[in-house]
Amino acid sequence: MNRIPLRFHLNDAEIGEFIDSGTTLLSLLRDKLGLTATKSGCNQGSCGACTVLINGAPQLSCLVLAARCEGKSVATLEGVSDNGTLHPLQRAFMDGFAAQCGFCTPGMIIAAKALLDRNPDPDRGEVIDAISGNICRCTGYEPIIDAILAAAAEMRGGKRKSA
Amino acid sequence: MLEYSSKYFAEERNQSLHEVGVERPRSDVQGHVTGRTQFYADRNFPGLLHLKMVRSPHHHARIKSIDVSKALKVPGVVRVLTAADIPSNIYTILCLIQVEPNDEPVLAFDKVRYKGEQIVAVLADSQRAAREGAARVKVVYEPLPAVFDVEEALKPGAPLVNEYHGRNWFTYEGHHCRRVRHGDVEKAFAAADHVIEEKYQSSPIEHAPTETTGCIVVPDSNDRFTCYSNTQALYFTLDNSALILKSPFHKLRLVGGTVGGGFGGKVDVIVEPIAFLAAMLARRPVKYEFSREEEMQVSSPRAAERIYIKDGVMNDGRIIARKVRLYVDAGAYSRHSPYGTTKAAAHMPGPYTIPNVWVDSHCVYTNRTPSSAMRGFGVTIGDFALEVQMDKLARLIGMDPMEFRILNAYRDGDLKAHGKETTGAALVECIQAAAQLADWPIGERYKAMSSQRKGA
Repeated sequence: MNRIPLRFHLNDAEIGEFIDSGTTLLSLLRDKLGLTATKSGCNQGSCGACTVLINGAPQLSCLVLAARCEGKSVATLEGVSDNGTLHPLQRAFMDGFAAQCGFCTPGMIIAAKALLDRNPDPDRGEVIDAISGNICRCTGYEPIIDAILAAAAEMRGGKRKSA
Repeated sequence: MLEYSSKYFAEERNQSLHEVGVERPRSDVQGHVTGRTQFYADRNFPGLLHLKMVRSPHHHARIKSIDVSKALKVPGVVRVLTAADIPSNIYTILCLIQVEPNDEPVLAFDKVRYKGEQIVAVLADSQRAAREGAARVKVVYEPLPAVFDVEEALKPGAPLVNEYHGRNWFTYEGHHCRRVRHGDVEKAFAAADHVIEEKYQSSPIEHAPTETTGCIVVPDSNDRFTCYSNTQALYFTLDNSALILKSPFHKLRLVGGTVGGGFGGKVDVIVEPIAFLAAMLARRPVKYEFSREEEMQVSSPRAAERIYIKDGVMNDGRIIARKVRLYVDAGAYSRHSPYGTTKAAAHMPGPYTIPNVWVDSHCVYTNRTPSSAMRGFGVTIGDFALEVQMDKLARLIGMDPMEFRILNAYRDGDLKAHGKETTGAALVECIQAAAQLADWPIGERYKAMSSQRKGA
């Protein structure tokens, strides 16, 4: 495989790497850069565990060639909390029992963040749409949806629903 | 409802307990929401080798020859493992609790008994090279007739699936099935107002955890090996690996406890022994991770079951006889199915006091994917069948289904069909509470009933 240079913005950092041209973004993140919050559940675009933001839009990193990220901005769960302060989505997932085994959680939070970044006041149906590509096998969808709505309310300045 | 909870089990309740009903955060949840929880595959090791398995494309076939020469020429392929490399190739998980004989090869050598069975492990520097190497292993097969149906498998002349049993069923203390005999069902059927027999059947169910089954084994210093695994059964895995590898226990170390969805699907010991051996022989870290396709195709599902239930019931609502023939499709190997089949036999009268019960619970070998544990295995499908049957019986005699269950529910002191006395029964109270919550009217007579017979 050809090795090619790649420069892109990842969370708070500028990344410059030489990569094999066939490398997926997921493999680059996990195997080369050691950012393992993003999970590999199916490696075929079915489960949503590998969801990241590319220029703000949720994408399945197992299906994206890393080379396609040249010059773009990639966000993973590692960059969601701000200097150790948890994002309202993270706190809402904790408070609302919206994580069980935890394997789908990074993808869920990223998909939810993509929604709230573009729509601060989603209704329940819009939340369901936003995470419809993310599979949770511990059957925790209802608390996940509730947590996303609670985080949205908090971010709008409203009071958080008490647990 | 609080009234119920304080009224019942008062004697069993330790009043110093004060955690029930109090919300506590999960101890691991901050790691989950920040992505810092370390699943086994979240570890990187320099020099990691990837293991790719060559699998049977046949449901049942004799292996005529295995040629790995072309695989070894693929750039990046380090070595291959075949059955000859395994110190003690034939095992069964539950030999640890005397559920024997050993009946499953770690790597198949003379025969394959299900589609997807493991034959050759290819080790390579990259996933790509491992896949390429696996594709170049040449196995010549002689296909054999296969059997996929539990009742077909029990017929004389059916293809023999598993030679280690010599028959297509697990033998329970000299018997061809796990049996329960209580009272005289035939006499009771003759005396019953109504007799019905129904057939219930389920398909295999895959757990489909979001994280596929896998492990990484790393050579440590002093000839010891550490296995990072997502197994749900760390000690089963340690013990079985030690037996398969003929290795002292202290050479093997298991690190686990973080499982990205298990549901019983990660209780078998499949990936670890071969990964241990690969790391021992290659002296490098080895990762064996199921692809999504492998997780769906070859990891053990919940067993398919076929259940025939014949009941004798009286017009006053009493079930006086229950005869059950139950078939668990173990697939090609035992794994946890002989145990699940025993659970099914003990469970099949249901939580009801029936004076005459006859159960034959068969653990049957077929050329399907070996089945194993999954949430409540051995009883879940049986419960589906039993409770559908209970509704049918209630309808048959024109009784309310809740009242019918309350009437037949076991009470403290009742003898269960398998010979144990009922203690701590609470089904009557549960049904009463459920009826109340669901606004389901039940008669005063049934509201007054209790799990304590009080002489009645």
